[in-house]
Amino acid sequence: MAEEIKAEVKAEVKSDAKAEAKTEVKSADKPEVKKPEVKKPEAAAKKNDKPEMSIPYQVSSNPHVRAKSSTGSIMLMVIISLLPAAGFGIYNFGIKALLIIAVSIASAVGTEALCCLIMKKKQTVSDLSAIVTGLLLALNLPVTIKWWMAALGAAFAILVVKMLFGGIGQNFMNPALAGRCFLLISFPLQMTNFVTDAYTGATPLAALKSGEAVNITDMILGKTSGTIGETSVICLLIGACFLLITGIIDLKVPASYIVSFAVFVLIFGGHGWDPAYLAAQLSGGGLMLGAFFMATDYATRPITKWGQIVYGIFLGVLTGIFRIFGPSAEGVSYAIIIGNLIVPLIEKATAPVPFGFTKASFKEYKKGGKK
Amino acid sequence: MPKFTFAGGVHPHEGKDLSKDKPIKELKAGKIMVYPLSQHIGAPAKPLVSKGDRVLRGQKIAEAGGFVSAPIFSSVSGFVKAVEPRRVVTGDMIDSIVIENDEMDIEVNYQPLVDWNMASREEILKAVQDAGIVGMGGAGFPTHVKLAPKDPDAITYVIANCAECEPYLTSDYRRMLEEPDKLIGGLKIVLRLFENAHGIIAIEDNKPDCIALLKKMTRDDRRITVKGLHTKYPQGAERMLINATTGRKINSTMLPADVGCVVDNTDTLVSIYNAVVEGKPSMERIVTVSGDAVKNPQNFKVPIGMSYREILDAVGGFTVQPEKIICGGPMMGFAMFGLDVPSTKTSTALLGFIRDEVAHSETSACIKCGRCVEVCPGRIMPNRLADCADRFDSETFVALGGMECCECGSCSYICPAKRPLTQSIKSLRKIELANRRKK
Repeated sequence: MAEEIKAEVKAEVKSDAKAEAKTEVKSADKPEVKKPEVKKPEAAAKKNDKPEMSIPYQVSSNPHVRAKSSTGSIMLMVIISLLPAAGFGIYNFGIKALLIIAVSIASAVGTEALCCLIMKKKQTVSDLSAIVTGLLLALNLPVTIKWWMAALGAAFAILVVKMLFGGIGQNFMNPALAGRCFLLISFPLQMTNFVTDAYTGATPLAALKSGEAVNITDMILGKTSGTIGETSVICLLIGACFLLITGIIDLKVPASYIVSFAVFVLIFGGHGWDPAYLAAQLSGGGLMLGAFFMATDYATRPITKWGQIVYGIFLGVLTGIFRIFGPSAEGVSYAIIIGNLIVPLIEKATAPVPFGFTKASFKEYKKGGKK
Repeated sequence: MPKFTFAGGVHPHEGKDLSKDKPIKELKAGKIMVYPLSQHIGAPAKPLVSKGDRVLRGQKIAEAGGFVSAPIFSSVSGFVKAVEPRRVVTGDMIDSIVIENDEMDIEVNYQPLVDWNMASREEILKAVQDAGIVGMGGAGFPTHVKLAPKDPDAITYVIANCAECEPYLTSDYRRMLEEPDKLIGGLKIVLRLFENAHGIIAIEDNKPDCIALLKKMTRDDRRITVKGLHTKYPQGAERMLINATTGRKINSTMLPADVGCVVDNTDTLVSIYNAVVEGKPSMERIVTVSGDAVKNPQNFKVPIGMSYREILDAVGGFTVQPEKIICGGPMMGFAMFGLDVPSTKTSTALLGFIRDEVAHSETSACIKCGRCVEVCPGRIMPNRLADCADRFDSETFVALGGMECCECGSCSYICPAKRPLTQSIKSLRKIELANRRKK
């Protein structure tokens, strides 16, 4: 390497007509030739009396500036947006809720750290995504659950759904919801036990299904039974607004989800135009939590504009079917994880047509390009 | 319906305040001037001089190497020192003419067109071609080729690209403020070539003073409109600009002329004016020297061929040793190896940054946030394309529209995982283009 550079310098000097320049370049360059990192243009440069000559500049492809937001900062925003709901959950269900949240987060983060260690991969805990998964899972659990179940669910979410498929961005379904569904199937009794000291009745949605009256004001405020984070529509909407304003999510998925679900309920709900019933359906269960915080999960929603709308509608219809025709009053979790599975297909079908093409002319162009 | 902007795009930090209020200063040429023979898209120019020859300022020292090519002129008087390969901004060695300045500034006799208002199409085109004018916004496409579409009567818009959407750059801004008559003159000359065309001066709305000034000056001209566009990068990209000003759309397989448009950059139009009205060839341009590492950011009228080190010396050098120096804007410019390379017809700026954001940001896995898809002005999916590029999967790359990438850098800029998407796409795109040329 050093010799190569020496040769290069010599060649350069030879081509230079001036004899004095020759000695100047040679003497100035000699100590630098030993360093292999010296870039050729510097070594071959003519006027070498400037000190900064020997300091190589950073060279990279354009662009040379980057936006401020990073994976970590996005995840931090999501965590902040979930705090109102989490805080209300602790206020509503007591200190046990805090314990469940803490255990779930600790288990998620611990599992990810351990996975990275065992798989000999770069540690990815610092991107905060494991905290988001742990927190979301906890918000989807009833407060009565055993703490080790929460830990197990979080570990399943991170290990099976996320890390085994390649880590962040590679999970094929929302890890938190997969964890919840795993627990729901494994421990159905504990997962549907919503009886606490404060609330002895069924969840509003279950009450609604069996034809009982529900108090909409309580549902919007969140003073009902349910999972830790799903009850307060107000707190969830505050968090959602924060995400919308900061541009972390946009309305395409949540709006198409909620609107299509509402339409489905109006048509098939069996209550016709009943605003009270509709409002209860919209604010009950995990719909708000699911629509704004889980259906919008980056890795498991389509990235194309129309794909997101199609996906939202698919989720709305699926949730409607599960809630109205299924045995359970709930349906958001299953709707989203099933929706996640068809995301690649939706993406393929809704791939954007490049700028300056129509659908037909792009087809033509592709044929030409493959020749 | 024109909507004054395009879909997608990003808003990088503008940084134009550093140099925007600095009037253009004329720089005296350095002792040694270097003129690479390839300063444009197309065939390299062929040297007309050899070692020892005496040349004058404004003398043609290399002739066009074909139709898509442009001659090169000396911006000083002096002696030819060598014709040899020299290092240029991109790091390549390119055959160059090296001239030693005798500092006497003896000029050739310029021969302007007697009256361009009366001149024929051919005469104007020849004047532009003989002056070696190329697109001075950065691409360097020979202007006379652009101005000679198959059917000149089908051209309905001539767009003056005064968007200057690249951050930090203020060369076009100063040009518009200080020599608006030349810009308008240049546009009028181009309009002479296209009977049915209407002139549009497109300016981003972060330059309200330019919009106001040019509006005032073209008030009585029924063939020219000034349009304020939303400030958004890459507003000045040809395809986006045509869309923003006329609502028409072109893709990579088309030329602006296919939708009846001709687009020319501010400095290019001024050069056309200089060539036709004053008979002066393309031998100087406005260069912005800026960035947080630069002592005294300035706008200079630089004799083409001057080395970047001498341009930097004119602002007093760096305050702090920069980590990165860039030729051109921070979005599409080249990172430079060193300062001892010549400026060319397409050198828009020299920027020095204390901290190189790219070197300090660590690349992580794609989280599929979709921001790149959202900002891509070409309406393609940069994340998928970069994946294809990393696997050298040309077939899928082309099927996904990868060749439509205009390399604006918006996707890399916005990526929260700091992935070099543009770079990946660019490299496979270049390979694919090279393969196509082979066939």
